[in-house]
Amino acid sequence: MASESSVTTEQTLSDEAIIEIIDMHKWFGDFHVLQGINLTVHKQERIVICGPSGSGKSTLIRCINRLEEHQRGRIVVDGIELTNNIKNIEKVRTEVGMVFQHFNLFPHLSIIENLTLGPIWVRKVPKKEAEEIAMYYLEKVHIAEQAKKYPGQLSGGQQQRVAIARSLCMNPKVMLFDEPTSALDPEMIKEVLDVMIELAREGMTMIVVSHEMGFAKSVAHRVLFMDFGQIVEGNTPEEFFENPQHDRTKLFLSQILH
Amino acid sequence: MEDIIQKTPKEEIKPPVVSVGVIGWIKANLFNGWFNSALTIVTLFFLWKTVPPFFRWAFIDSVWNTTGQVCRDAGGACWSIISSNFRFILFGFFPYDLQWRPLLAMIILFVLLFFSQNRKLWKKPLAYAWIAGLFIMGLLLRGGLFGLAPVESTQWGGLPLTLLLSVFGLTAAYPLGVVLALGRQSKMRGIKTLCIVYIELIRGVPLISLLFMSSIIFPLLLPEGVTINKILRAQVAIIMFTAAYIAEVVRGGLQGMSRGQYEAAESIGLNYYQTMRLVILPQALKIVIPPTVSQLISAFKDTSLVVIIALYDLLKTTQTVLSNPEWMGFSKEAYFFVAILYFLGCFSMSNYSRKLERELSRGD
Repeated sequence: MASESSVTTEQTLSDEAIIEIIDMHKWFGDFHVLQGINLTVHKQERIVICGPSGSGKSTLIRCINRLEEHQRGRIVVDGIELTNNIKNIEKVRTEVGMVFQHFNLFPHLSIIENLTLGPIWVRKVPKKEAEEIAMYYLEKVHIAEQAKKYPGQLSGGQQQRVAIARSLCMNPKVMLFDEPTSALDPEMIKEVLDVMIELAREGMTMIVVSHEMGFAKSVAHRVLFMDFGQIVEGNTPEEFFENPQHDRTKLFLSQILH
Repeated sequence: MEDIIQKTPKEEIKPPVVSVGVIGWIKANLFNGWFNSALTIVTLFFLWKTVPPFFRWAFIDSVWNTTGQVCRDAGGACWSIISSNFRFILFGFFPYDLQWRPLLAMIILFVLLFFSQNRKLWKKPLAYAWIAGLFIMGLLLRGGLFGLAPVESTQWGGLPLTLLLSVFGLTAAYPLGVVLALGRQSKMRGIKTLCIVYIELIRGVPLISLLFMSSIIFPLLLPEGVTINKILRAQVAIIMFTAAYIAEVVRGGLQGMSRGQYEAAESIGLNYYQTMRLVILPQALKIVIPPTVSQLISAFKDTSLVVIIALYDLLKTTQTVLSNPEWMGFSKEAYFFVAILYFLGCFSMSNYSRKLERELSRGD
């Protein structure tokens, strides 16, 4: 689907880590959902995480901006360790953008108000300036003409692009995507992926939970496969798809690539 | 089939004549099947038996401006009980010569309420107008300044008292209720427990007993010599009572919010207070407008319970008139009049709530 020329090879990665996860565990009640995750994400790196449902991939990225709390191990984002310190959490959240499966736009606010909410209240940007920023990003996701409408009046694909623009307005260093296209009708998936590819071109650090394997192949530096709360294997897209190491990966790939 | 469709692709098909117009409406709504027809006929018969006699009683045979003696001989309604006692019903024992003061205070209140209806005006000037208005209304009722003769609050009564108790009762109870609802959802154990205990205790007790407690038990607990105004005590009881109910209504709205809205707000870095104020409450409170207004309407009517602690609200002043031998026996007319006043209050509240819902539904 994302058939544009591969963006992976055009950039070389910096060595600087922006996210470090060290031996991180999480339980939901007695259920051990994440079992010792170790992951280092470099600046401008793009990672696609796939795996069967219930494997913990969404929970993993939700831990990165503390929508879920981890119970053991460490998560350090841009030099800030995630602990119970609410100030640190809020700081990390302003650095990390998140796009949800179900868009989660604010239905009572117009598109432009959705975008300016964060800049005005969190970044304390004056309203006029916040609106200029918002329009800039709406142009970028090709939806500027809808600025005055309300989320309910847009299609799913348009809403998801607005959600991406809303995160970008906070000028984040990392973008997390939690299955951004899986709630969309097939004909709308491309418009969202195209926006994500453009974002990749500009060098955004991205962690994407997705089963869009075309997107993974053309955009990702690394593809991770998760199962039963562990990162089973991670490799460059070429290696990952051509030459999977683990049986579980092979089985999973055979199920989703017909 | 295909041929027909191709020949007249754009021709509109009109509905059959029987289903449109007055006849169509009557047929569809009043005589749709034998059961409906029977109901229609029974209803029409009932209306025929009740409406014309009521009109004759209320308007044709009625007397409007006479003494109680004349009334007794007339066959119809005795509206004289209202016209002769109008000022007492409205203002109670407020000194007769000074009754222009509560009247003016009510006019100020109505003007303020009228302008507050328009959400576009919800800005600073209106807030200042309310502050000034409250001060002036208080001054008009109490007196004691600027050459206005002081009037004891024990002499306040009638419609101004009812409005005082309900307008301030409701405007104070609503935000308190919202805070209690948020507290009940709080992750902080202490606050949560406190809110639950408060809500459940208050809801477990009738308003009447709260009013009794405020007027009889509460003063016993105060140190000697300290007294708190009786109206204020009743007011606090009404606020506490209504807030507990509002809190539960609002909690329902909060539970209707999806987890995703909280997460989206948190993920752009909004803190708890901002998340609630900017994202959650605007949506949650909108959902619960209808039950909230029901609650407020019921609280408005419940202010009449203050009669049991001997406050002379609108209902009590009316009853007082009825205990006057001259007007004894005309309770129908008197209560009818009071009912109209209450109805106007309640109906404008529910009207306003529908208007508010319409205005707020633009995003859906």
